[in-house]
Amino acid sequence: MSHDFLHEVAEPARQVREGSRFEVVGREDFSESTFLLRIHYPLLAKAAKPGQFVIVMSQEHGERIPLTIADFDPDSGIVTLVIQAVGKTTMEMQQNCQVGAELFSLVGPMGVPSHIGDAAKVICVGGGLGVAPVFPHARAFKQNGAYVIGVVGFRTRQLVFWEDKFRNYCDEFIICTDDGSAGIKGLVTDGIKVAMDKHPDIDEVIAIGPPVMMRACAETTRPHKLKTTVSLNPVMVDGTGMCGGCRVKVGEKMMFACVDGPDFDGHQVDFDDLANRLRRFSEEEKIAAERWSKSCRAVKATHGPHPGETGPRPQGEGEPTAG
Amino acid sequence: MKTKKTIRNIPQERTPIGVQDPKERAGNFDEVALGYGLEDTLNESERCLMCPSAACIAGCPVGIDIPGFIQKMIDRDFRGAYDIVSESNLLPAICGRVCPQEDQCEGVCPVGDTLEPVAIGRLERWIGDLAIEKKWENTPYREANGFKIGIVGSGPGGMACAADMAKAGCDVTVYEAFQKPGGVLRYGIPEFRLPDAVINAEVESLARLGVRIECDTLVGRLFTIEQMLDEMGFDAVFVGTGAGSPRFMGIPGESLNGVVSANELLTRCNLMHAGEFPDYDTPLHLGKRVAVIGAGNTAMDAMRVSLRLGAEQVFCVYRRTKAESPARVEEIGHAEEEGIDFQWLTAPVEILDDGEGNVRGMRCVRMELGEPDDSGRRRPVPIEGSEYEFEADMVVYAIGTTANPIIGQTCKLKLNQWGYIEVDDDLATSMAGVFAGGDIVTGGSTVILAMGAGRKAARSMKAYLGIRDTDVIYLPEPERSKGRLFGIEVEEKNFSRLRIA
Repeated sequence: MSHDFLHEVAEPARQVREGSRFEVVGREDFSESTFLLRIHYPLLAKAAKPGQFVIVMSQEHGERIPLTIADFDPDSGIVTLVIQAVGKTTMEMQQNCQVGAELFSLVGPMGVPSHIGDAAKVICVGGGLGVAPVFPHARAFKQNGAYVIGVVGFRTRQLVFWEDKFRNYCDEFIICTDDGSAGIKGLVTDGIKVAMDKHPDIDEVIAIGPPVMMRACAETTRPHKLKTTVSLNPVMVDGTGMCGGCRVKVGEKMMFACVDGPDFDGHQVDFDDLANRLRRFSEEEKIAAERWSKSCRAVKATHGPHPGETGPRPQGEGEPTAG
Repeated sequence: MKTKKTIRNIPQERTPIGVQDPKERAGNFDEVALGYGLEDTLNESERCLMCPSAACIAGCPVGIDIPGFIQKMIDRDFRGAYDIVSESNLLPAICGRVCPQEDQCEGVCPVGDTLEPVAIGRLERWIGDLAIEKKWENTPYREANGFKIGIVGSGPGGMACAADMAKAGCDVTVYEAFQKPGGVLRYGIPEFRLPDAVINAEVESLARLGVRIECDTLVGRLFTIEQMLDEMGFDAVFVGTGAGSPRFMGIPGESLNGVVSANELLTRCNLMHAGEFPDYDTPLHLGKRVAVIGAGNTAMDAMRVSLRLGAEQVFCVYRRTKAESPARVEEIGHAEEEGIDFQWLTAPVEILDDGEGNVRGMRCVRMELGEPDDSGRRRPVPIEGSEYEFEADMVVYAIGTTANPIIGQTCKLKLNQWGYIEVDDDLATSMAGVFAGGDIVTGGSTVILAMGAGRKAARSMKAYLGIRDTDVIYLPEPERSKGRLFGIEVEEKNFSRLRIA
């Protein structure tokens, strides 16, 4: 006898945490692909610390993607995420996560909080998508009494965001743009060099951004033996140390970025290994993104254009992918 | 008057269970073992000898009155049978499917000395499924006692503890880090062995007991166990977070793409539906030739999932032999029938790169069995000069787990040298009011043992909170909660305490 009745047993209703349903209460679009979401989640806003991340599922069939927390405010109960639409999941979020929408799942804060020590002078470096998540570090160091130098990198002036926010907590703030349209012309590594030349007494550098950028930062500081912490964003599923998908090589040791990190010593991280592991699902990412773009075109044909459509995903850039 | 049953007059053959054809099932996720029908159930029930000192009860980690429920089956009082089972086991539909019965109740069944033992697991499953179908439940009269209980983890240990505490009248909240409840039952055990519908039914029955389940909650990071006790008003907490962290071997090539833990493979498939990509967003990137290292139940699940998702060849690579393999006998049998290629006495020494960062194979070494080791199993020893290359484009590690670090990172509970939580005989931890059980205490084990631990912790919690417990005989003994006095069970009442003036 096969138990056909089992097919009739419904999924148990998801119970809602009191006062929160992961509602999007604010949104800003910084560029064609980068956008900010404010989520009302007081418990998380109270618990989060610099360097931690969350795992988000935007919809029931979605994947679990890790996103570094860009800001958190225990008073208002708001958690801020900055997202770059580079793959299917993030493009879909760009289209669907409008104010009033709800995320299907949001869990965190995950990872070991960054160590905000008693360093007297620090550089907080953010490149691309890493600009937002390094903000909590700048603020925390400042509140700890440190002299904070912010270095952020963008392609061009139009993409710059949060300048005022950073300036509130940075004693010096260096913007680097590829075309020189804002701040200095050059990469964040050039900004680091400017800061290092001016300040021989820097205690620590925190660098968050695409792996290529974090590696370049680590190489810039290595000759000076300047402590450099990077925040790694490998592919994850659970984010709780259970699947081992996020393993990274640090020194000669294998570490799980989700529970041993995400912060590691930038001079010890094997970035080649990280880059290779980030290519793990490149085929599937392409399939999913194309399928999504196609469905958007189909919608567009009947409803006119919408912002969810962008080109193929740039390699090695930004998004901590594929749960 | 019925004649007394003896080994000679009971049905001699164990009633066979319907299974899906191996060829067919290797291509689908429907349940493999179809379960008994009514006739099968009655026939198999007749095979129980109704031993007066039933070894099976002692063999069951939760002590189900097995002859008792089988007698009710024979009497066709199925509700009565369910009542007996559910007295000790809240999840019969699950345990009937996933318990290693051959090492437990069926392993000690005297019928098994001469014939095949009574198929207790199949009978339990039948009654469990019937209860789901008929929506039976045994919700006792509950009087709220005002105690608030927090459970960390919604796996079998947490569910069992939650149910017992809810039945005792407590206000129970279960926290789960994933988006769906069930723990290992959900992310670990595949659909063809334990259908999601069975888990859903059991979760529903918990909800009917008034248990709240809050998903998407990572205890330790969102709030700590200390906060649960100090700020959130919980009177007691059970930690059943499971073991979790997958073990790797530390051989070269483990970070290549195509090397995954069984936990990752199973979670992607079972919880995230990677098999239905791109309708579900989570990818898997399954190989064509999949080598699974290890031969436990998790390894069997990983192999059989790979096969069902379309791998052309699936291998089991194990350094010992079939006899030492820790998997359930039935699972190995099913895996063999489905065409899994078993490479016994083989161990990988290196995983090989295809030049682009992906797996192209493994360098393996043949083993032979030497002297018994600490576990009593004969230690595998490499045969010199036997190394060879084994072609595979996916390597899955299913060689066990280590303690998940999150609880240790975030609270002051005392851990042992391996990172598991230290508990006493009552499953009490170093922190008053906090109890722990299951894999996070014992290391990787079974569903039923985790459930047993959950129930035991519930008993201790009740004693700690001073809640009357019908399971315990109350004596005015201050040491009662310690359970044992010089090895004598207090409950045996076969001694008296003397006070010397």
